[in-house]
Amino acid sequence: MIPELGQLCTTIALCLAVVQTFFPLVGAQLDKPAWMAVARPAAVGQFVFLALGFGFLEASFINNDFSVLVVAATSNSQLPLLYRMAALWGGHEGSLMLWVLLLAVWTIAVTVSSRRLPEALAARIIGVMGFISAGLLLYIISVSNPFLRLSPVPMDGNDLNPLLQDPAMAMHPPILYTGYVGFSVAFAYAIAAMLAGRVDRQWARWVRPWTTAAWMFLTIGIALGSWWAYYELGWGGWWFWDPVENASFMPWLIGTALIHSLAVTEKRDLFKGSTLLLAIGAFSLSLLGTFLVRSGVLVSVHAFASDPARGVFILSLLIIVIGGALSIYAWRAPGLDRNAGFKVISRETFLLVNNILLSTAAGLILLGTLYPLVLDALEAGKISVGKPYFDTVFIIPMLPLVLATGLGMHAAWKSANLSELLRKLRWPAIIALISSITITALAWGTGPVLTYVGVAAGIWLLLSSLRAPVMRLFGKGPRLTASMIGMQLAHAGVGLFVIGVTVTSTFSIETDQSVRLGETVQVADYAFTFKDLQQRQGPNYTALRADVDVTRNGRKIAHLNPEKRIYRVQTMPMTEAGIDAGLGRDLFVALGDDLGNNAWSLRIQYKPMIRFIWFGCLVMALGGLIAIGDRRYRAAVQTESSTVNAGTATRPA
Amino acid sequence: MLTVGLIVVGVSLAVGLTLRAFQENMLYFYSPTQVLAGEPPQGRKFRLGGLVEEGSLVRQPGELKVKFIVTDLHNELPVTYEGVLPDLFREGQGVVAHGYLQPDGSFRAEEVLAKHDENYMAPEVAELLAKEGHPVGGKAAGPATSQAPVQN
Repeated sequence: MIPELGQLCTTIALCLAVVQTFFPLVGAQLDKPAWMAVARPAAVGQFVFLALGFGFLEASFINNDFSVLVVAATSNSQLPLLYRMAALWGGHEGSLMLWVLLLAVWTIAVTVSSRRLPEALAARIIGVMGFISAGLLLYIISVSNPFLRLSPVPMDGNDLNPLLQDPAMAMHPPILYTGYVGFSVAFAYAIAAMLAGRVDRQWARWVRPWTTAAWMFLTIGIALGSWWAYYELGWGGWWFWDPVENASFMPWLIGTALIHSLAVTEKRDLFKGSTLLLAIGAFSLSLLGTFLVRSGVLVSVHAFASDPARGVFILSLLIIVIGGALSIYAWRAPGLDRNAGFKVISRETFLLVNNILLSTAAGLILLGTLYPLVLDALEAGKISVGKPYFDTVFIIPMLPLVLATGLGMHAAWKSANLSELLRKLRWPAIIALISSITITALAWGTGPVLTYVGVAAGIWLLLSSLRAPVMRLFGKGPRLTASMIGMQLAHAGVGLFVIGVTVTSTFSIETDQSVRLGETVQVADYAFTFKDLQQRQGPNYTALRADVDVTRNGRKIAHLNPEKRIYRVQTMPMTEAGIDAGLGRDLFVALGDDLGNNAWSLRIQYKPMIRFIWFGCLVMALGGLIAIGDRRYRAAVQTESSTVNAGTATRPA
Repeated sequence: MLTVGLIVVGVSLAVGLTLRAFQENMLYFYSPTQVLAGEPPQGRKFRLGGLVEEGSLVRQPGELKVKFIVTDLHNELPVTYEGVLPDLFREGQGVVAHGYLQPDGSFRAEEVLAKHDENYMAPEVAELLAKEGHPVGGKAAGPATSQAPVQN
């Protein structure tokens, strides 16, 4: 009964989504207040029934109802309760249910806060979000139904992939999806504003906190995935430029550009065209990413084509959403922007360059991600684009961006004085250069020129970001608003990230070694002693557990327990690395194979500053959180004149 | 004028570097049959895929270096690798190796990738085997729901 109830609720939600699309959008166009008034109750109703549908599906997972296909596919009765619940989004069908539920949550949030919006704008926004929801719900019910029964009923389920039986990985999809789906708010605002033919500074002020919130979730989601890959996949890498990773990173890049473009639209009433286009782009890439990861197209283009119902549906939906949005843009955007009123050296120019560079990076990543798929679909050969391509095309636009950001943050709107800017920032620049060379050389020895440049760029951005807050601590400089502090903190996070990435990429030591029991191997300054090997029983796995002592200059500093686990249901071996984490460096040991003669292969790694990568991401996200807290976003609709304060050199970007 | 010139030079340099990176980092996929037919260009890194032949894994006790044979059921190619093999590397299972063809006709792998889980096989290998009429996929019974290899 329960899955059938779930299906019923989901179907009702679809009907409500159609209502939520049709009446508000048409009502706003024909100026019928009664029709527009349907938006809020329909959105609330859709949310309630989706939550029920999702709840019923979750109940099937919790109750181990293996007569439900998706439960049998990704869960198992031996699985701990939390992982049974997380198994819902371990497969394609369930993860899309999570997606639409989160969309409904965002819609409710928009609905609740929409009281201060003009009625027609609110109706259109809710209507556009209803349209997206209707499209996905139709897809779920027609070709990707999670409530299907299985006959005969299996005794037990196939289990959740052991790689996913991990707290970070259980949280990763919901957080990442919250970010993905959150860009639908900016998308809906963009479409609504274009339909109304009005994009102004007040509009930008309304969109900004939503965009920043989505971006914040996406940042945390991506960082969590990267951290998981580092400790769980057993390879010690933190980013592989895998299509699945790229799918989440491209919306992040465009979303970041959107945040900056919105700043210009709010402060200066400029860049409206690019703001709208970036809002469309961020959500389109989120949608593309969802399907890239979930449709199986990455596993095989041909498998995708052999299931034409899903394939055709997905392509149609992408074409309707992206094509429709771009058509509205082509129809409405011309004439929105007035002629620019800013000089070559100004905050605006820096932000323009920022948007171009971020979009370029996203475009080049898109090329590397989709090109193999296109070639394969055309039967033109099977290629994969390697990590070095992505590394190269990412660094080329990002290095100038990091350098420019440090300057741009301090540039005044409209017209900035370059020599004054350079005078103001000469100390951060000098300190960054000197400390980059000395610290790097002292701590890790010599590296290629690019390493010093990277570390210097990171320190430069960090110092430049912290300049205003630090001066404020000593009572100097202008007062800082929450959104300025958020901006500065987020940029400081980028600086930390850049330092971490540069140092880790250059000075990591990774070695596979054959080590006998009792033997010691030296890696960098650290001596790793393979002490012991024992069997251990876990809740649903058996493990071989090694004892490895790490000493430095004869002093014991860590005791690591890398494991090789065999999960009983899927009989799948898995490496659980032993990691000694530290702010300055990680020591990483993974247990490999039995080589005979009492020797085992060990993968030993020394990873300097790797924590800075995720710590930097957290700081970025925290900056976003603080910026959202800015008072002016919560103030009632303000008149233009009360907030115009452009031209002040230190307004936030 | 100077600014424009600098921008043009900068952008063309960036485009050039990008194109080169793209050219250099495209890794083609070949089966042992294609390799023996001389299809991979000399001295270029490529991806070799197929099944690890049963009973072909050889290792000197205590040594990190391994040898095994990759087959597409028609032809086979000896592969050498020095390092930790992935968790799901097994004889009789699919494998993809990145590396170079050696003058002696063997393949030196720099990186060995095996399946992410029991039900997943690298798409190229799965397709290759399907062409040869070999059963593809892990567990025969069980629900046929798509489960992406590494979910995100």
